[in-house]
Amino acid sequence: MQKRQFLKTLLAATVLASGLGLAHADTLSNVEKSGVVRIAIPQDFPPFGSLGGDLKLQGYDIDMANLIAHELKVKVELIPVTSTNRIPYLTTGKADLVISSLGKNAEREKVIDFSAPYVPFVKSVFGPEDARIAQPADLAGKVVGVTRGSTEDLALTKLAPASTVIKRFEDNNATISSYLTGQVQLVTLGNIVANSVNAMTKLRRLSAKFPVEDTPCYVGVAKGEAAMQAKVNEIIAKAKKDGRLSQMSLRWLQVPLPANL
Amino acid sequence: MSYQFDFVAVFDYSSVLLAGTAHTLLLTTVGAVAGLGIGILGAVSRAWQIKPFDRIFAVYVELIRNTPFLIQLFFIYFGLPSLGFRLDEWQAAILAVIINLGAYTTEIVRAGIEATPRGQIEAAESLAMTRPQIFRHVVLPPALAKVWPAICSQMVIVMLGTSVCSQIAAEELTFAANFIQSRNFRAFETYFIVTVIYFVLAVAVRQLLTQAGLRLLGRRAR
Repeated sequence: MQKRQFLKTLLAATVLASGLGLAHADTLSNVEKSGVVRIAIPQDFPPFGSLGGDLKLQGYDIDMANLIAHELKVKVELIPVTSTNRIPYLTTGKADLVISSLGKNAEREKVIDFSAPYVPFVKSVFGPEDARIAQPADLAGKVVGVTRGSTEDLALTKLAPASTVIKRFEDNNATISSYLTGQVQLVTLGNIVANSVNAMTKLRRLSAKFPVEDTPCYVGVAKGEAAMQAKVNEIIAKAKKDGRLSQMSLRWLQVPLPANL
Repeated sequence: MSYQFDFVAVFDYSSVLLAGTAHTLLLTTVGAVAGLGIGILGAVSRAWQIKPFDRIFAVYVELIRNTPFLIQLFFIYFGLPSLGFRLDEWQAAILAVIINLGAYTTEIVRAGIEATPRGQIEAAESLAMTRPQIFRHVVLPPALAKVWPAICSQMVIVMLGTSVCSQIAAEELTFAANFIQSRNFRAFETYFIVTVIYFVLAVAVRQLLTQAGLRLLGRRAR
């Protein structure tokens, strides 16, 4: 008797869970109606998003989120996410946009849509100064840390020889710690991220070996939300033109925005 | 927007799931056996006030039971290398599980030992049994039998708790789930299947332990 009751409950829960995705209208009009845009941002990933000395979120992606909310003339609700769960936040409707140093690849394009690029982002393999690594083949037999599910994870998985041990960590913090504490010999990180780590700590230098990927970051929009996507693109184009993006780039990345972006 | 379920997208990665399940079980088994061993040592030290081990175990139990498992794991994996003590992710995970379970079983087994009636020990003493003999034959078996259900529960809790070992890149079942989900973005299907696997594992582990208790400790271990 009890078993049957349990199965019924399970069935009900499954039906409920599968139905949740149905109540979904156009994101842009929902946002404009509610006056709030929910944006998923990183909180452990300087210089894109991290907690400042005043315990407030700061960084390139935070500024970008504020800029978009400003242009949409709505309030912004920042939702801190990790690189592993940022796409599920969008696909399950917990966030309207993802601005979380998000790169584009074929797998991701199947589940979400992307805006125009808003910042460049090269990712490389890093290691100690004296490590002789110049190309993917040199990774044979080496232990390389990377953040699970990131674009550099996918790129590295494709490039690395079979004998490379890839250790995949939950978020960028754990990946960086794994290198700083000597748990891995090499790591794959964004160049901008590695620079800011080098600026913050002298524990173990990160020296760039070779690039695994050169993709800019995009704003992630839920699949099929064409109106929202067009609006975000319009805002990015405007901010590129009036120099606001370049100012943000100077502030957080110490270089102006490249002209070819 | 209607969602198209695609469970095949998860089964494409069945070898990852299988390896993850095997690693979770291995981690639990090693942790359970060694943890129970530490627990028995700690329990007898504390219950019979064997100096100086009773004090050491008291500090150990308080330290472990009042801090989160994840922090213990991070401390071992990321913290200890600063002292020149480097463990890889599996060594760190197994050590953390053993230390954690050891503290909890110390308290559980201690309760069992302290519930032994004085008269039983006095009877054993009057038969000229030595302290180790009394412990082995008179105190420990009924003590374990009394608290066996609590030990089984704790071991299942620890097995489910090993899921946080994915945070230090130990490739157990939760790692497998996050890995697959980060490749195919099928969150519902992936986590649904992994939930079912955990559920089956937990029920199986509990059944196995209950049966083992009945065999080794007799009918009271239920």
